[in-house]
Amino acid sequence: MTDLLGRILPTVQKPARYTGGEYNEIRKDPGQVRVNVAFCFPDTYEIGMSNLGMRILYGVMNAMEGVWCQRVFTPWADMEEAMRRNGLPLWALESGRPVKDFDLIAFSIGYEMSYSNILNMLRLAGVPLEARERTGLSNIVFAGGVCAFNPEPLVAFFDFFSLGEGEESTVEIVSLYDKAKAEGWDKPRFLREVAQIPGVYVPSFYRHEYGADGTIAAIVPDAGVPATARKRIVEDLDNAFFPTKMIVPSTEIVHDRANLEVFRGCIRGCRFCQAGFSCRPVRKKSAQVLYRQAVETLEDSGINELTLSSLSTSDYRELEALTDKLLPYCRERRVNLSVPSLRADNFSRQLTARLQNQRKSSLTFAPEAGSQRLRDVINKNLTEEEILSSCAVAFAGGWNSVKLYFMLGLPTETEEDVLAIAELIEKVAATWRANAVNKKRGLRIHAAAAYFVPKPHTPFQWEKQLPMEEYLRRARLLKERLRNVRGVEFNYHDPALSRLEAVFARGDRRIGPVLRRAVELGARLDGWDEYFSYEIWLRAFRECGVDPDYYACRGFGEEEILPWDTIDVGLKKDFLLRERRRAYEGRTTRDCRAGCAGCGADALLKEAVCDA
Amino acid sequence: MLRAQFSKAGKGKYLSHLDLMRLLQRAFQRAGLPLTHTQGFTPRPSVSIALPMSLGTESLCELLDFQLEGEAPSPEEIRDRLNRALVPGVEILRVYEWGRKIRELRLLESAVTLEYDRGVPPEAVEQIAVLFRRQTLPVEKKSKSCPVEQDIIPLIRRIAVRQTGAGELELRALTHCQEPSMNPMQLAQAVDRYLPEIRPDFARCLRLALYDEQEHEFY
Repeated sequence: MTDLLGRILPTVQKPARYTGGEYNEIRKDPGQVRVNVAFCFPDTYEIGMSNLGMRILYGVMNAMEGVWCQRVFTPWADMEEAMRRNGLPLWALESGRPVKDFDLIAFSIGYEMSYSNILNMLRLAGVPLEARERTGLSNIVFAGGVCAFNPEPLVAFFDFFSLGEGEESTVEIVSLYDKAKAEGWDKPRFLREVAQIPGVYVPSFYRHEYGADGTIAAIVPDAGVPATARKRIVEDLDNAFFPTKMIVPSTEIVHDRANLEVFRGCIRGCRFCQAGFSCRPVRKKSAQVLYRQAVETLEDSGINELTLSSLSTSDYRELEALTDKLLPYCRERRVNLSVPSLRADNFSRQLTARLQNQRKSSLTFAPEAGSQRLRDVINKNLTEEEILSSCAVAFAGGWNSVKLYFMLGLPTETEEDVLAIAELIEKVAATWRANAVNKKRGLRIHAAAAYFVPKPHTPFQWEKQLPMEEYLRRARLLKERLRNVRGVEFNYHDPALSRLEAVFARGDRRIGPVLRRAVELGARLDGWDEYFSYEIWLRAFRECGVDPDYYACRGFGEEEILPWDTIDVGLKKDFLLRERRRAYEGRTTRDCRAGCAGCGADALLKEAVCDA
Repeated sequence: MLRAQFSKAGKGKYLSHLDLMRLLQRAFQRAGLPLTHTQGFTPRPSVSIALPMSLGTESLCELLDFQLEGEAPSPEEIRDRLNRALVPGVEILRVYEWGRKIRELRLLESAVTLEYDRGVPPEAVEQIAVLFRRQTLPVEKKSKSCPVEQDIIPLIRRIAVRQTGAGELELRALTHCQEPSMNPMQLAQAVDRYLPEIRPDFARCLRLALYDEQEHEFY
């Protein structure tokens, strides 16, 4: 640690997030390292260290001989200010070495509203922002994560993207770089070669042409470059790398616990959900392997909280076998086991009851829409009966609070659907009155409405986002309607953030200059209320002559070339179109386990079969 | 009840008290040394630190009391296993049984270093020495609700000022650390407040040793 940092650290909030030195941090002898990777997460330490993907790839890269992967997070505003004041460039936690000295600079991007942090981190690092300004083989900047499924707004700043799951492709990419460095390749040669790795998308090899109406007229790949880049998946999760020696943060983070991912993919097909579609196909992990990894992780880390994670944990086939083994182990070792993302089915109810004798977890439902009609449109397989009967069981078991999550602005939504949200909340309240064992404490219903954001690679990828004023009208209508209902607290999201999320999620290359300008104007930490400034963004759009509504509210034509058409996540476009039609007809699609809907993602599997 | 003496320095100084408690609890778990837990609705591991320390302070003399489930290994083995499970900056120095009662702990010896980037001002040593000979010296003390003024003179048993380098002064002090207590960093605050013309560019604090009322070393 430098003297300068020693002066700065006592003056900033939570300095331990800038020092590194945690248990299981990987340190290597710099003299033995051939490839240095700065692994950047475009949010704070507390958020980034909670991210399982980050932990996996940190382990994957550091398991490679001659490669040292070090972590970099977004500094909080007070630290950023101190860095600028003192001319201290962004550094990596493990060695304290400036990011600009690294060979590869990798970003994991899971949230559109972290885009300003990416650019700001490159600025703080003193690394040229745009790919074309970085001409040498050092400072190759690339990214993966779910936002790479439409990377177009970011292409000016990145040399390439790694699509899909990175356990295998990251090794291939870093190994290729090792070779390139040893043999003294130039950057164009490295990019040509890295593009040959399946799952790698090099945007500079594709030219976007626009028509007179502003839509994309053509996406033209360079000679010899395939029309699309296909995401990678891991077929055999049992044998895939899993970090049982996790870094144990010395300071508190958002999810301060061990995290075990029980399977990948989702059988549900909620039509608004990007993860549910883009993370297909379903791949299982055996309860036996999971149990072993849980025990190893808990014993190595000394952590006393374990979460089973997935997109829908009730759909994990071996959930009963796994929890039967884990519960006694956790009880014995005083480990708190939490199982979020459970559905309102019988087994899940019993499981919740068994988990309950450790610590009372919260009761949360995400009906997303108030009316059954609209829930059918979005294919959210959750009925009012299921919600109310689960609530009845929980209230009879002593629960007095419940959280309910909704979205406003879903396709085909009418005022009737909006008011149905209030009716559903009132029915939950009535269920409490009929079933609660201890009414003295009163009921607390926390209901929240989000502003629907259409996402790429979903059946709703063509949809319009509701105009902001109309969203606010509907939200206020609901707020007013629920004002006098006792025990109900209703909140709705600030629409500005969701508007920008919609723009970035479906943006094209013309968004890049806006990002750059907004960061110049001071945009950063947009995911944090205290720093988010919509005015900055509106000014950046204005100055760049870009209309955000063009991306958010216009809606895309079914025949139109979509900015993310180059990215193949394994789904057939006609499947997404079919699902869109069914949505408009109010027809649900059964879950994949009840019958294959033909999304096409099983074609990504070479050896295994889809485990839906 | 077992007691460990440990140091917290280097990167460890940026850990808050809560961070340190969590770190120690996890280190016991990793070391295969299960702590007993308190009775009650939310059982808590039985570990406690004698003198919680503010973030940024270093120490060579922290005390940690704990109780292990089942038969405890030898003190040396506990020390070595914990050190393997800890992080750089926190080190167990020794482990022993039957430490003295914490309420008999009274005094803390510490070194507060004042750093002057453009060299120690002439006569600073003398001015500071005079300052601490005053009858009263009210300094702000952080408290949970609002800052309060505290006269630190009665809490300083001994203090010596000396120049330790071209740009460094050291205040070596023996101060009360229990009922009532003061934070040695208040010594630097007093300089800032009453001698603004020789306000240092930076100040840091290192805890050196603990004593009882009679100034016998406390362990």
